[in-house]
Amino acid sequence: MNLVAVGILTGLGFAAVYISQQARLSTGSLGYAVFFFALYLVAHVVARFTVPQADPYLLPMAGLLTAIGITEIYRLGQNDALRQGIWIVVGVGFFSAVLILLRHDYRALENYKYLFGIAAIVLLALPAAPVIGATINGARLWIQLGPFQVQPGEFAKLCLIVFLAGYLREKREVLAQGRLKDWGPLLLIWGGAMLVLFETNDLGSALLYYGVFLAMVYVATGRAIYSLLGLGLFVGGSYALYQVVPHVRDRVTIWLHPWTSHPVPCPFTGHLALRQDCQSYQLVKSLYSIASGGYVGPGFGKGTFTTPDGTPLIPYLNTDFIYSAIAQELGLVGAAALLLVYMLFVARGMRIALYADDGFSKLLAAGLTFGFALQTFVIVGGILRLIPLTGITLPFVSYGGSSIDANFIMLAGLLLVSDRANAGRRA
Amino acid sequence: MNRQIARLGVLGLVLIVALIAGTTYWQTWAAGGLADKQDNAIQRVAQFKIKRGLIYASDGKTVLASDRKKKVGGQTLWFRTYPTHGLAAHVVGYSTVERSRTGVERSFNDYLTASNGNLNTAFRTTLDKLKGVTVTGNNVVLSIQVKAQQVAESALRGQCGAVVALDPRTGAVLAMASSPSYDPNLMETAKGFKRAQRSPGYKCGAPLLDRATQGLYPPGSTFKTVTATAALDTGAFRPDSVFTDPGYCTEYGKKVFNAGNPDQNGPETYGQLTLAEGFEHSVNSVYCNIGKRIGAGVILEYTKRFGFYADPPVNLPPEELSPSGLYFHDKLWYPKDPATEVDPGRLAFGQERMLVTPLQMAQVAASVANGGVEMRPYVVSKITSPTGATVLTTKPEVQNKVMKPQTAAELNQMMQLVTTGGTAAAAFRGIGIPVAGKTGTAETGLNNVYIPWFICFAPADHPRVAVAVVVENKYRGFGGGVAAPIARQMLQAILGAH
Repeated sequence: MNLVAVGILTGLGFAAVYISQQARLSTGSLGYAVFFFALYLVAHVVARFTVPQADPYLLPMAGLLTAIGITEIYRLGQNDALRQGIWIVVGVGFFSAVLILLRHDYRALENYKYLFGIAAIVLLALPAAPVIGATINGARLWIQLGPFQVQPGEFAKLCLIVFLAGYLREKREVLAQGRLKDWGPLLLIWGGAMLVLFETNDLGSALLYYGVFLAMVYVATGRAIYSLLGLGLFVGGSYALYQVVPHVRDRVTIWLHPWTSHPVPCPFTGHLALRQDCQSYQLVKSLYSIASGGYVGPGFGKGTFTTPDGTPLIPYLNTDFIYSAIAQELGLVGAAALLLVYMLFVARGMRIALYADDGFSKLLAAGLTFGFALQTFVIVGGILRLIPLTGITLPFVSYGGSSIDANFIMLAGLLLVSDRANAGRRA
Repeated sequence: MNRQIARLGVLGLVLIVALIAGTTYWQTWAAGGLADKQDNAIQRVAQFKIKRGLIYASDGKTVLASDRKKKVGGQTLWFRTYPTHGLAAHVVGYSTVERSRTGVERSFNDYLTASNGNLNTAFRTTLDKLKGVTVTGNNVVLSIQVKAQQVAESALRGQCGAVVALDPRTGAVLAMASSPSYDPNLMETAKGFKRAQRSPGYKCGAPLLDRATQGLYPPGSTFKTVTATAALDTGAFRPDSVFTDPGYCTEYGKKVFNAGNPDQNGPETYGQLTLAEGFEHSVNSVYCNIGKRIGAGVILEYTKRFGFYADPPVNLPPEELSPSGLYFHDKLWYPKDPATEVDPGRLAFGQERMLVTPLQMAQVAASVANGGVEMRPYVVSKITSPTGATVLTTKPEVQNKVMKPQTAAELNQMMQLVTTGGTAAAAFRGIGIPVAGKTGTAETGLNNVYIPWFICFAPADHPRVAVAVVVENKYRGFGGGVAAPIARQMLQAILGAH
């Protein structure tokens, strides 16, 4: 039964890759599909042996999302697709390694929770370090390792969730009573993370971390008041930031008024320009891309992303704005289908958290899943102007090695929790 | 913890449902508005994969816009080419990747790209898409007559101005020329675009501007046609109403003089004369007195009946149309209290901040020609599918009933006097058909430099064509001497062709 579902879902995913690339790029793409399918089989076999009782839907869904992502990346630029392909291989390697290493009992991680907390902060702070730190597109979020750029923040997110799961499990009763002493280490590590994020101007990640933190505190303590208090702090803090930090004020202005009918000062050039030609250029072009998709879109490989002479019409298309590319080519039907996969993934992830036996497992699964949902919301919501736009990756789909590898580790984590829970129930 | 996890799960799902809702909003509700944004190049570029329909002149044979196939990065794209190098350039417009579109290329873009809502077209387009065949647009046939358009353009060569010829019975635009003009083939490249914006050999610039539909000129004495319409139609005057002309009319205690007589020093003086004779010889004092009697409010009401104070309802992009009317600080201005805010005498003979487009004045002539019934002007007469089947035929529509038939008949007679014994008699000597017209010579503020005008229709007994001609800033250029001969050429080109 499970295998049938796996087969159908992956079959569909790779049929999409194959057919679309056939239409546009003929046989060159076939190699990708075959290679990709082989890679998926490896991941599947590893999962079968290490976590045989795990949820059977998660891996196919991740495979589907990855397939859609690399198809679109391939369509936008073949060199990027090759690099992304390598990162996916590395990702499957991480995935297998985590499953094999932790197959007996992942709960051992709980003993190292402070180590994870410190690791999270170190990872976050790494890009600011001299020599290895690298600035790309104005954000200092990368480190340079030989020929590769790594975004340690993606892994810091996982470390922080492991730390929070461990710490909250241990202290949940006392935290619920609200003694300041117990909150100390929690606020210390979390505050350090937030400080680094604001320092690096990575507002999108800050929002993501804050949201995951509040969610996990809520799950652990069951006291909605903490989360509401946190939300109030967030609103207040945001307002203060809006008043003080020009960068934040700009983001909000771009969000609320992307189009102007009269030229306004453009900070990039120092001249007057329409805001849609300056600060909100990316947001507006991406919205045009989405809107031109209509109900069904022209189909994979048939969207319009450049002028006939190759000038891009939409910037950062395969990273932050890959959703705009997919929404244009597949239309509302395709975009909604993609989001439905995300919904199913979230539903399955939360189901794992529900069925897990112990607090650590529940918190871990809930944290990982909510992080996944919130990250999707922050980037796609930003693109759709539901919230101010901040550039982070769309899980499994966006171009970016660190992101895809971190997502595969997250997937492995969920499968480990799921396997244990199901095995326990059946025993 | 399970209750919290369940709630958190619901929250996560709600967040993603919000994303689906947001996507739906942008791809359905807001999509149309975004597609129309000036800086949205996606739609424009995407349509270059469609083989646009051709644009023909009224004969259905002369191709004004066609397609050129070009392979770019493995894709077949269709670029526009204009075989006549700019015949009726302002009407046809251009369609490029780099700049947006203009003219019929813009206003009929849906038909030309086969994205119009017509069921047959939608069916064919979907079928082509499914088959993987190039989607081909519908062809557009203009009402522009090749010969008339050529005559208009060559008559204007070297001068700045515009010519509009309408069929008064239907509103079909037979010729619409704006000079200087440009070659639309140049528009795709930045270099060509710069070149197209220059007009060597002309005293004016802006060759891309459609002076026929957007150029705002003081109407001069051609506006007396509007004043006379108001005077006769309201019943305040008759063609034989008698006036005394001392060479000026008195307004606000000051003398407003007639136009100078080119052969004598000082203004012309006619003594006793009728309203019709005042029209024939374009006597300012007569119309000044009419204006004072009927008031600026009534005259402005009649301008509105003719279609002033609104874009002419011709099927060209709204950005390429200007409304006629009073202008104040470069903005269209309708006075709250015309009786106190507008000088009625000067308005009556075509001054007082009144600005008009050549198209609007052609419509004034056409309305008189058609017995007072103004027809809605149109430039596209037919749309056909690539296989030749008719998709749409333009049916003539009444724009407005401007005046009583009797008023039109009286004006027709008065306008004939202009070409037989009046200010345009010399220009129409020996033409052999009755012509009804009115000259205009608007002042520019420069000494001896005028804007000559002529509006007319013919044959006066069964009008088939109405023409408006304007020429910019001519030294000693009078309506009868400069504009009327061009109008005569137009009448001969169009009526001779019948």
